[in-house]
Amino acid sequence: MSKQNGSATRNGKKHVSDESREYSVGEDLRQRGVSRRDFLKFCSAVTAALSLPVSFAPKVAEALDEIKRPPLVWLEFQDCAGNTEALLRAANPTAAEIVLDILSVDYHETIMAAAGHQAEAALDKSITDYKGKYICVVEGSIPMKDGGVYGCVGGKSFLDLARKVCGGAAATIAVGTCAAYGGIPAAVPNPTGAVSVKEAVPGATVINLPGCPVNADNLTATIVHYLVFGKIPALDAFGRPLFAYGKRIHDNCERRPHFDAGQYVEQWGDDGHRKGFCLYKMGCKGPLTFHNCPSQRYNEKTGWPVGSGHGCVGCSEPAFWDSMGPMYKRLPEVHGFGIEAMADKIGIGLAVGTAAAFAVHGAIMAINKDREPGDTTREG
Amino acid sequence: MARIVIDPITRIEGHLRIEAQVDGGRITDAWSSSTMFRGIEKILKGRDPRDAWYWTQRFCGVCTTVHSIASIRAVENALKIKIPPNAQLIRNIIIGIQNVQDHVIHFYHLHALDWVDITSALKADPGASSKLASSISDWPNNSATYFKEVQDRFKAFVASGRLGPFANAYWGHPAYRLPPEANLMAAAHYLEALEWQKDVIKIHAILGSKNPHPQTFLVGGMAIPIDPDSQNALNADKLIEIKRLLKKAQDFVENVYIPDLLAVASYYKDWAAIGGGEGNFLCYGEFTDAGGNQWFPSGVIVNKDITKVLPVDQKKIAEYVDHSWYDYMEGQGKGLHPWNGESEPHYTGPKPPYQFLETDKKYSWVKAPRYNEQPMEVGPLARVLVAYASGHKEAKEAVDMVLGKLGVGPEALFSTLGRTGARGIDCLLNARQTPKWLDELIGNISKGDYRIHANTLWDPSEWPAEASGYGWHEAPRGALGHWIRIKDKAIFNYQAVVPSTWNASPRDAKGQRGPYESALVGTPLADPDKPLEILRTVHSFDPCLACAVHVTDVAGNEMVKVKVC
Repeated sequence: MSKQNGSATRNGKKHVSDESREYSVGEDLRQRGVSRRDFLKFCSAVTAALSLPVSFAPKVAEALDEIKRPPLVWLEFQDCAGNTEALLRAANPTAAEIVLDILSVDYHETIMAAAGHQAEAALDKSITDYKGKYICVVEGSIPMKDGGVYGCVGGKSFLDLARKVCGGAAATIAVGTCAAYGGIPAAVPNPTGAVSVKEAVPGATVINLPGCPVNADNLTATIVHYLVFGKIPALDAFGRPLFAYGKRIHDNCERRPHFDAGQYVEQWGDDGHRKGFCLYKMGCKGPLTFHNCPSQRYNEKTGWPVGSGHGCVGCSEPAFWDSMGPMYKRLPEVHGFGIEAMADKIGIGLAVGTAAAFAVHGAIMAINKDREPGDTTREG
Repeated sequence: MARIVIDPITRIEGHLRIEAQVDGGRITDAWSSSTMFRGIEKILKGRDPRDAWYWTQRFCGVCTTVHSIASIRAVENALKIKIPPNAQLIRNIIIGIQNVQDHVIHFYHLHALDWVDITSALKADPGASSKLASSISDWPNNSATYFKEVQDRFKAFVASGRLGPFANAYWGHPAYRLPPEANLMAAAHYLEALEWQKDVIKIHAILGSKNPHPQTFLVGGMAIPIDPDSQNALNADKLIEIKRLLKKAQDFVENVYIPDLLAVASYYKDWAAIGGGEGNFLCYGEFTDAGGNQWFPSGVIVNKDITKVLPVDQKKIAEYVDHSWYDYMEGQGKGLHPWNGESEPHYTGPKPPYQFLETDKKYSWVKAPRYNEQPMEVGPLARVLVAYASGHKEAKEAVDMVLGKLGVGPEALFSTLGRTGARGIDCLLNARQTPKWLDELIGNISKGDYRIHANTLWDPSEWPAEASGYGWHEAPRGALGHWIRIKDKAIFNYQAVVPSTWNASPRDAKGQRGPYESALVGTPLADPDKPLEILRTVHSFDPCLACAVHVTDVAGNEMVKVKVC
């Protein structure tokens, strides 16, 4: 496990590359003038993002010290580049650090300098040289209908590319709801037969990071988790890491006390809206949505939808485009508690009460442990 | 005579392919093709019109606010909803900073590497970069030590032998002309801009929860409440943070972007005579004030004649599918207005994997929009030209400043370089104007006006049985329009005609080329295997292709379509 012997190993296996001139991520950062202090600060931030105890930070640092810039290829299919843009907003680490210092981003159409056949050659080289060792990130769904004519790069269909590239990756991270579950192109009537990465390449090891778009901090935390522990994080029934999607928005919402107290926004801009009351009556889908938005937030923790006065739309849930709408219609069968006196009772039976009221997916998860992540037939 | 293909065109949004015919070191013909189709439009039909902004926002994650804006405007126009002044001002601030941030990212991260050779930066004398940088700007990061740090970072990166996103590019190409010190300065600012963009766009997170895809738009107003006495609303703390970020944005644009743009342009003045295209321009106008006037004027310019700005008449817009993979019910050869648009997809191209498209037949998922039967270029150049030709004070000053510093006349604007320069001018105008919208908003709040939503007509039960409308917006990439028909509280018909559809369009019924295609004709090509020059001209338009795709309902003539940005 020591870098002094010239080849970093992890879990007894040779990792990523044996080119002896390569530095570990930690060494690399130091070479580039990143102080040890800043490096440790980054490790602490990542540790927090992974919901690990603070005591894990040194372990993260130690592991990163041994990992050499692993190759990453980023494929864009039926996408809007929203997840790429999210990556550009990342702060821990920043996009520049990811690209220059931490990973070797060998293919990413939106940022790479090369174009045309030179770009294709860069992709081929990376996936050949690092077969079975590179990380693949996919953004966008994959159209299956009509022989894949609805999406091509360099004359090749998205499906062929996905099979080739995801098939040879150590792990594939499906970023955003389109790659994870088909997303908006797969919404009814799904004109192009769009599917998720897991559905298109069932044999690939896929981690789903849904959200529209993905929260960049969850993406970097997932990559670091993989680098540090040498395995993918624990996933829920929909292929999502528990560290980021293990809890319901409603249960972590800063406005939850107002829900419990029966204090709701009734009209945009009314007194309740200004005071930060619960948005349930304005159609908030937080009660059905599993995501760490309330704590992780966006843009360096600047904001998140409910915090800015608009309800959650459920964007990290499979098939949310069809199952969660209309956006401003309140969820059915959610009992408004109405009176303060109810609060105690709710407090006692919180988890059970919420589960019963919301047809929760925690329960579905328990029942359907074996269900394929691509299966979107859950109830809402 | 050779046929060359660039696919993927990288450093853009979306999937774009260019095929070009090359003869005697010049491009003699070109074809622009979008190779990705999603068909989101079909999905919109029958849904709540109040949700459309959220769906259409997903056309594009780069210009991530523009479809929301056009969409809510279309619904408000259809239902005749008048939004409160604060909502208008908040939208203006969101639009303003979107334009500023988007243009800077385009210049440094999508376009710069067409002009800047990063490998040459490794050979630069950091002292010379410092001297150059200090001669054009008093930006604090101008020291030799600073440039040496950046150079060392790139050197260490290159020494690793793994160039990541910088591998396999056209480095060392004879068309690169900057001296090493200018390349190093630009490389440093590439990294600085990357940091800067994630900071300034926090304005969207403050006003709209997050970026990309801010979640704050509402038909009838905005979802961010205003209350100086609440911690859950737009208060003094948040307003002052927006003010700080707007200043940071303006500082960077004035002291880094514009000086860099002028410095780089001064080495490539021959590109002021390349890539001009047909010279027709369309601008919808933007930034409506309380009196209903637009700060950026709307207008049409035909055949590079800036002595005449014609009014825009939406009835003159039509889309053709003669070279696009769609069928029209009454056959092709005729354009359809967005109200009556159809987009039944019908792929007739080669089966993948393929080498070439059949460019004499249909070859793109983008339709061909035409104004008065003519192709139109849209974008910052159109916006700046229309403003300049209309005598807009600030635009005129900025244009004259840039032209003066480069020692060229207004005719230089009709070119690849002019398009890139106009984007800088547009950015500067937005960066200077947006703080004024904020001041106005603060003024309203201090007078006790906290209204952010119209409230009337939020409930669909108050709507008429049928309504139709359209919403226009000047997105970073140009004229964007959404057209909507509402029937029985639901979307009956929805269509967007977006900037990159105008610019990336294939040929129409008359065989007239789209703007990318026209602009490429005549472009010199030093090495057909490394077509750097094609990237320069195509990138000067800032392509955004995810957008450019339609679909319609399978069931008869109830069309629903939308494209994007």
